[in-house]
Amino acid sequence: MTSLAHETIHATAHEHPADVPLAIHDLTVAYQRKPVLWDIDLNIPEGKLVALVGPNGAGKSTLLKACLGLIPLTSGKVLFYGQPLRKQRRQVAYVPQRESVDWDFPISALDVVTMGTYSQIGWLRPVRTKHRELARQALEQVGIADLAERQISQLSGGQQQRVFLARALVQEARFYLMDEPFAAVDAATEVAIVSLLKTLQTNGKTALVVHHDLATVTQYFDWVILLNSRIVASGPTQTVFTADNLRKTYGGNLSLLAEAGHALSQLGRPLS
Amino acid sequence: MEWYALDSWIVLTGALCAIACALPGTFLVLRNMSMMGDAISHAVLPGLAIAFLLSGSRSSIWMFVGAAVVGLITALATQWISHWGKVDRNASMGIVFTTLFALGLLIIVQAADHVDLDPNCVLYGALELTPLDVVAEWTWFGLLIELPRAALVLAVVASINLLIICVFYKEMKVAAFDPDLSEAQGFRAGWMHYLLMAQVAVTTVAAFEAVGSIIVVAMLIVPPATALLLSKRLGMVLFLSATLGAAAALMGHLAAIHFPPLLGFNGTSTAGMMALATGFLFVLAWLKHLMFN
Repeated sequence: MTSLAHETIHATAHEHPADVPLAIHDLTVAYQRKPVLWDIDLNIPEGKLVALVGPNGAGKSTLLKACLGLIPLTSGKVLFYGQPLRKQRRQVAYVPQRESVDWDFPISALDVVTMGTYSQIGWLRPVRTKHRELARQALEQVGIADLAERQISQLSGGQQQRVFLARALVQEARFYLMDEPFAAVDAATEVAIVSLLKTLQTNGKTALVVHHDLATVTQYFDWVILLNSRIVASGPTQTVFTADNLRKTYGGNLSLLAEAGHALSQLGRPLS
Repeated sequence: MEWYALDSWIVLTGALCAIACALPGTFLVLRNMSMMGDAISHAVLPGLAIAFLLSGSRSSIWMFVGAAVVGLITALATQWISHWGKVDRNASMGIVFTTLFALGLLIIVQAADHVDLDPNCVLYGALELTPLDVVAEWTWFGLLIELPRAALVLAVVASINLLIICVFYKEMKVAAFDPDLSEAQGFRAGWMHYLLMAQVAVTTVAAFEAVGSIIVVAMLIVPPATALLLSKRLGMVLFLSATLGAAAALMGHLAAIHFPPLLGFNGTSTAGMMALATGFLFVLAWLKHLMFN
């Protein structure tokens, strides 16, 4: 709310809501009366790669789930391209945290990716060859087409993450919500994910990515949201990703501040 | 070895029971909800007892309606108590199913003087007696066929379970693997959850006469757990768990009539031996898994 850029976007959002991929108004979420997210007001502009950054327990995953209607909102509303999610499901793809599913489930990588086409197929209709073909192409895009028939427990962490990304790609959405896609992946996968994000951006897509590694924020993302139950700041990385804002976001967490200091020193903006 | 038409019916009924249980059972195991099968199979008791008292017969469709309703109540109440009571999901399940089971037991015992519903039979089943309750008979190439009611009921329930899984295959798959993705795509994972719970409740009722409400848990859980050791493809897992369950029915009955006499005892409970056979098959699959993985 402190950022000027954010205010500007906010104002235009009300004039042309359909141009705004994700608009969140006065969102509050509470778990058993304990508020996790407070008065979230956000507008994410089209075609940006947006990092959602904040300490553990700041409500980053909760914010993603709240946007997707996976947890009840205490108050507020969420609009994708000016409309509620139920009218825009095809436009929104979700990449959950890798640990959120059981990787011993008896299905192949291709099966998982094919699940991304289910909303396209609709209730009760069967999966057809063309849907599997789309899934195969998505696996190709993330560079693991050769692993299509592998049972998912036999994939490495990075490969599992790529399967999840392929599943989001196959939906051919306009907006991508990703929950820590970079968590515990190998260097090759990290490079692959970054190039994938850039490709999405080139094609005019927008992505909101929960990100932990403060050192790479400026390198990978052009827009940043700093979250700690409330929005600390939101706007272009250049103006928002500052020592002052990071201190406000991370409070007294020294180790993380040190990490942030390191990240900022690389930018030539020392923390203190 | 003596084999009568009766024995064929017992094996067929047991096999149909195993198939009916294995299909929803596979999804219970995949969703880490195995004990929900246990909970529901016990909790349906008051539904059965009340439906039985009201309708006065065991063959009534109301038994299934009563069971399905109480099964859904169990699933809902478990959810509510763990959410609002701030207790662990397992604890909440323990609270709901023991309370309902006790209620059912009280109703049956209180009504035992007036009605023909034996608690022992409810708990352990009476597979050997099911061929005596004939629902239809006809002659086929000079052979008198007396169709037992239990076999008919279990065949219908097994077919319904198969149909549901065929129709909702992809929805059940995604709801079991990744409920959040399912919801985000507009497939209500909650609906699939309650459909599965209703399926388990109805299947349990169909099976309780044959194998009883305790051993039915073995039929719901053990063959799918075995199949999961043998295959990594969902379709194959479903097929294998149904097949293994049916094989256990045959093995169980053969063991029940032939094994105890070797030791000088009378034949024993087929349902008990069936459950034992599923355990035996599980151990075999586990050994194979250990050796080849």
